Amino acid sequence: MDILTNLSLGFSIALSPYTLMLAVVGCFLGTIIGALPGLGPSNGVAILIPLTFTLGLDATSALVLMTAVYYGAMYGGRISSILLNIPGDEPALFTTLDGYPMAKAGRAGDALVISGVASFVGALLATIGLMLLAPMLARVAYLFGPSEYFALYLLAFCTLGGMASNNQAKAAIASCIGLGIAMIGVDNTSGMPRLTGGNLHLYDGVDFLVAIVGLFAVAEVFFFIESHGKESSIGVKLEKVSVPWKEIILTRWVMLRASAVGFIAGILPGAGASLGSFLAYMTEKSIAGEKGGFGTGVAKGIAAPEAGNNAAAGGALVPMLTLGVPGSGTTAVLLALLMTLNITPGPTLFTDRPEVVWGLIASLLIANFVLLLMNVPMVKIFVRVLQVPPAILLPGVTMISFIGIYSLSGSYFDLLLMIVFGILGYVLRKLDIPTVPVILGILLGGNMEDALRRAMVISDGDGWYLFSSPIAIGLWVAAVLGFIAPMFLRGFLKKPQRVTD
Amino acid sequence: MKARIFKLFLVSALLGLGVSIKAHAAECIAPANPGGGWDFTCRQIGKIMYDIGAVDKPVQVTNMAGAGGGLAYNHVVAERNDDADLIVAASSATSTRLAQNAYAGMTADRVRFVGAIGADPGVIVVAKNSPFNSLGDLIGAIKAKPGSVTFAGGSATGGFDHMKPLMLLQRAGFTDIRKVKYISLDGGADAITQTIGGFTQAMTGDMSEVVGFLKAGEIRVLAVLTEKRIPGFESIPTAKEQGFDVVAVNWRGLYVPKGVSDDTFNIWAGRLQKVADSAEWKAAMAANGLAPFTKVGGDFQSYIDEVVAEVRKLSKELGVIQ
Repeated sequence: MDILTNLSLGFSIALSPYTLMLAVVGCFLGTIIGALPGLGPSNGVAILIPLTFTLGLDATSALVLMTAVYYGAMYGGRISSILLNIPGDEPALFTTLDGYPMAKAGRAGDALVISGVASFVGALLATIGLMLLAPMLARVAYLFGPSEYFALYLLAFCTLGGMASNNQAKAAIASCIGLGIAMIGVDNTSGMPRLTGGNLHLYDGVDFLVAIVGLFAVAEVFFFIESHGKESSIGVKLEKVSVPWKEIILTRWVMLRASAVGFIAGILPGAGASLGSFLAYMTEKSIAGEKGGFGTGVAKGIAAPEAGNNAAAGGALVPMLTLGVPGSGTTAVLLALLMTLNITPGPTLFTDRPEVVWGLIASLLIANFVLLLMNVPMVKIFVRVLQVPPAILLPGVTMISFIGIYSLSGSYFDLLLMIVFGILGYVLRKLDIPTVPVILGILLGGNMEDALRRAMVISDGDGWYLFSSPIAIGLWVAAVLGFIAPMFLRGFLKKPQRVTD
Repeated sequence: MKARIFKLFLVSALLGLGVSIKAHAAECIAPANPGGGWDFTCRQIGKIMYDIGAVDKPVQVTNMAGAGGGLAYNHVVAERNDDADLIVAASSATSTRLAQNAYAGMTADRVRFVGAIGADPGVIVVAKNSPFNSLGDLIGAIKAKPGSVTFAGGSATGGFDHMKPLMLLQRAGFTDIRKVKYISLDGGADAITQTIGGFTQAMTGDMSEVVGFLKAGEIRVLAVLTEKRIPGFESIPTAKEQGFDVVAVNWRGLYVPKGVSDDTFNIWAGRLQKVADSAEWKAAMAANGLAPFTKVGGDFQSYIDEVVAEVRKLSKELGVIQ
């Protein structure tokens, strides 16, 4: 058994007291970073990279610390989603849909425990999947060419219209705003700047983290300013935390399915954890149907996106380690760390540097158990961070948002842009236009356009090229169904909406 | 109360991180997001400078992505023109874009180029099961039917990766450059994945981008665009020996602001030379497919001037700029 031999090699490295300590520290820092609105896994890891050099860590230790932060941030993201209705990071967006209603119903503790367990299941299964399938799964990337990617993004947009709003037209407007923003910047195919107004800062387009923090965190602050003196929605009470066994057992299949969906989404380069949690949530919502009550604060609606996004985090490591193609923003940052440490990720990494890969996998398994302990029995410690009065918390949120964004790009322009997005988010929410499609438009719009343009270059403008493989055709069929089906099912389906009170 | 103290602690810890970045250590700006060549240059050179004692504090790396390096270039020229503690990662992409006026009209003489200490050789790559067995096969196929081959590369249209096949074709007497199909992807690894997947017929990029795939036996390198074969990869023929006289390497180096004193310039040049001579850098080069290419100090500035002039002439011939 190759895997067992390799795994024991991995554990022999990961179980040294020093490495273990790094994993625990990484988990703790990661959870806090994830819980703080605006600071997500990618800027969290980016902020902490200098630390690994200051500490003089070797390659394996540095990787263990950073991936523990990565996994920790994926866990932590749910805390502020549930308690504040602000996603702690971008993949935790879908946890707000059911997590916040449940917390408002006085069951914040249950929501945190269910989501913690779901995160554990998702991350554990993904790590096992990474271990078993990585060398094999690496080949999936070779099956995705421009037309397949285009169909994949189309699928995401088609199902998007149905999920984000009760009003399809408003969701469509929001998607268009997002796609429009995604067009800003230098056009990759022609090299010409578009919609930049000659401003160099806009040549690379709008960073989606800037948009996310603006639309969520900053807009939230504006809402607080407006409602100053009135009862704020922030500060959901958290009483005793007990384990709702019944609901955890009830959601076991949801967690397994969502983990599988998330893992696959994570493997696709560029798709990442957001798509994982989105697809997991949508799959479960359609399986549950009307009776499921998704969007009203049900356990399944919390378990699905959390299992999905944590599984995607593990899945995203697969193309990063095996192909050197990052599957998400955070793995791009991890890739940078690897290269700095003189490790070239690629098809040979598993044979050339087994101690790095298997040490990493073993510490991911360990980190996962540590995180379960931190995030279920000890969740109150992290909640304390968020339980301070709004008058202190919101300026804090603002400050951390600013620091987080500035640490990302080092550019004051992005800070101004973030405020503009905050105003946009405020206006959109006043008009009852959902902000989720705006984000997904910014996130996927550029990739989708690039995929289409590449397909057209390769095929000399022949549109049929888009349907040239079974994978592409399958995705098109799913996309068309995903778009049409909600129209017929509208009478039966109540769509969830981000709670905006 | 406890919560408040905890919160304060946390916030000050975060602020502390921010402040420590601004301390007096030297700063290296990587004009791109983490993960690319410029980021590698900054982090690797910065780390080795500290490890071998050329600088007494760790070099802080700042990622300033934007406009293909243009944002950082403008930032240095406009706001940091006399900052003696600042170095910026540069490569052939920097000089290519300067030559093509892609930095909002900035010219190469607005900063001082310190030196290059390694080069990533250009390569033309096909999948292992490709019908093309030599560079001649590939060029011949394009000459016969320009639409039959699509190149994938990691740089934008008109960028360095795009220029490489165009230069080869030009040497082979093919002038209808605009008919050559090229798609730009987000980096060399993506480009190679598309080529192995059979969506494009060839990949144009740098050696470092293909080493992992080469060792795994997924690809064949048809030609390396250097004067001589690369140590460690002696089985790969150069384009030159196949009759296409093109040398295109992606050098890795640094520039500093224009306004620094000659002393400062020489200090940085000395530090860079020390890195070039160190065993650590040699190991880093070997691990990342870089070939030796050391030009430090005044030599390098004249090299840049030549390169910029050459690329500008070529870009005009190729129709990339007016």
